[in-house]
Amino acid sequence: MKIAVLVKQVPDTATRIALAADGASIQTSGIKWVLNPYDEFAIEEALKLRDAHTGEVVLVSFGPDRVEETIRQGLAMGADRAIWVKEEPSGSAEMDYLGRAQVLVAALAQEAEWDLVLVGKQAVDDDAAQTGPLVAALLNWPQAMVVLGLEVDARARRLKVIRELEGATERVELPMPAVLGAQRGLNVPRYPTLPNIMKAKRKEVRQVALADLGLDAASLADDRRVVVEGYQLPPPRPEPKVLTGDPAEAAAELVQLLHREAQIL
Amino acid sequence: MNFDLTADQSLIRDTVKDFADQVVAPGASERDVTGEVPLDIMRQMGDLGFFGIPFPERWGGSGGDTVSYALAVEEIGRVDASLGLGFAAHVSLGCSPLYLYGTDAQRERFLVPAATGQYLAAFGLTEPGAGSDAGGTATRVEETAEGYRITGTKIFITNALHAGYIVATARQPEDQRISSYIVPAGTPGLSVRAEYQKLGMRSSETCEIHLDGVAVPRDLRLGEPGRGFRQFLEILDGGRISIGALSVGVAQASLDAALAYSQARRQFGRELAHFQAIQFKLADMAMEVELARTMVLKAAWLKDQRRDYAKEAAMAKLYASEAAMRASLEAVQIHGGYGYMRDYPVERYMRDAKLLVIGEGTSEIQRLVIARQLVPQ
Ligand SMILES: Cc1cc2nc3c(=O)[nH]c(=O)nc-3n(C[C@H](O)[C@H](O)[C@H](O)COP(=O)(O)OP(=O)(O)OC[C@H]3O[C@@H](n4cnc5c(N)ncnc54)[C@H](O)[C@@H]3O)c2cc1C
Repeated sequence: MKIAVLVKQVPDTATRIALAADGASIQTSGIKWVLNPYDEFAIEEALKLRDAHTGEVVLVSFGPDRVEETIRQGLAMGADRAIWVKEEPSGSAEMDYLGRAQVLVAALAQEAEWDLVLVGKQAVDDDAAQTGPLVAALLNWPQAMVVLGLEVDARARRLKVIRELEGATERVELPMPAVLGAQRGLNVPRYPTLPNIMKAKRKEVRQVALADLGLDAASLADDRRVVVEGYQLPPPRPEPKVLTGDPAEAAAELVQLLHREAQIL
Repeated sequence: MNFDLTADQSLIRDTVKDFADQVVAPGASERDVTGEVPLDIMRQMGDLGFFGIPFPERWGGSGGDTVSYALAVEEIGRVDASLGLGFAAHVSLGCSPLYLYGTDAQRERFLVPAATGQYLAAFGLTEPGAGSDAGGTATRVEETAEGYRITGTKIFITNALHAGYIVATARQPEDQRISSYIVPAGTPGLSVRAEYQKLGMRSSETCEIHLDGVAVPRDLRLGEPGRGFRQFLEILDGGRISIGALSVGVAQASLDAALAYSQARRQFGRELAHFQAIQFKLADMAMEVELARTMVLKAAWLKDQRRDYAKEAAMAKLYASEAAMRASLEAVQIHGGYGYMRDYPVERYMRDAKLLVIGEGTSEIQRLVIARQLVPQ
């Protein structure tokens, strides 16, 4: 099986985010960048399929210089090689989800015979959950997102997928090739073994420029349909209220507060 | 001059840190109470290649360097110093002698399984009458028709009960010189007990070993005869980097705990961290952690460059272990009465830290080692 995993570098969720001066982007200096956690489930699933059916796992990522570190991390988990579409410092910031999906699809189109494309069901930076569905639409392949379970019948080229719904699961069957979006719970991502970390630097990371794909950042940006107008940080948390005094009175006041302010009771 | 880690070094550190936080940290306090040695965790560490960091792939290693190894020991030691000690003793004391002095056949048979974590490895140097003066070995070896026969007692030996082999030093009668031997587990006449009740490092395995006429075949002598003294000095030089790294981990854990607590605990209407007397303690701890880590990494770097590193390793071990002792004492102090209780981890750090200024050469001995490099003998 030849499996592509689309991976994205995102700020570590523990990072304290600050807005840039324009109010429509974040300050990127001082951020710790990590592999999108949902992508780890996608990579793990791809590695398991490769080990069970033979074949190869190829990481595909679109991003600036710093992304190489994240690609190496995926290679250290055991992916075989990577295609890295290099994002130039200027121009592409304006692209929307569709523009970025077009870049990824153009990168995939450079090679033939993909059996599966795996993605994280969403990236934890903008939480848009757009890449998987858009890539599937552009490829004209079937898709299943929020995947909790996967069975592959390689001979019949069919997939049995368990999807998570609100408080329920759904079973769907679809043909290959397809795009699948991994949800937490699909598997337990492996730690990279240290020999694999050392081997990762000898694995192929093919750099591709947008021009090599017949694309350019400016026209993709011009064609965007979604424009980020601004970000707002959540309001600071109000000071906690501490009730003191007579326990009976405090309890009564607490019930009142739960009723009136918290509106729980 | 460049103080940045390489991409490999940071990825190794991040991987070990993640493993330490997710897998090692949760049971560390409990193991300190029960004294249970976490063999399952050690097996996972072996599977992930942690034990093979400084050895080439040819010998079951990960092909990393001493800097990466030091970072890994620090990260494990930060959450569980006992496990950090087992890790450091396994690699620096147990595996290194095979890597440095073993024949290819010996490395194939013993180093490959040890570096991949199929079993632990131990180094038996210390004896009831030979501690700091490890050259005072009373364990004897005689030559026999088939090889050697070793008789003596070793004490305080880390990992020996679950070791696949023990490297043991012994004195040969003809010239009173010391040689070292690989003693495989289960050899008749070898008995190992792990019954010490310890102040700290309670879930690391510390053993007493009796060698009662243990027969060792000729091909299990390690290196040239009579070279044992030189060998163990070199092994201890390398081991000091790892105890230094372990100390940085304990010091960092003490600082982290003190920082968190001093910002949560309020007295006189303010957080403890607001009081300058507490701030100064935190500042000193942070400074010492930074200095200790820098010195440990410098010694590791020198070793990786194949340059002399004995003096720097002794300085790193001495400074870092004493910094860990001070930091853990201050962390308990900042926690006040709560710090004296088992509910908080800082009393464990303090008990664990005390071993760091004793094991693999006491602070007094480190000063001797450094002074010998300064003052011509
Ligand atoms: C938990 C633990 C694990 C250990 N693991 C191992 C192991 O895996 N393998 C191994 O071989 N050993 C191991 N050891 C032994 C350890 O290395 C020794 O305990 C240590 O080197 C000190 O030796 P000693 O205990 O005999 O103390 P001693 O040598 O008796 O020292 C007692 C005191 O005298 C001081 N002193 C001694 N000589 C001098 C001098 N010339 N000048 C000034 N002061 C001096 C010392 O600094 C110390 O303060 C371990 C010990 C412990 C506690």
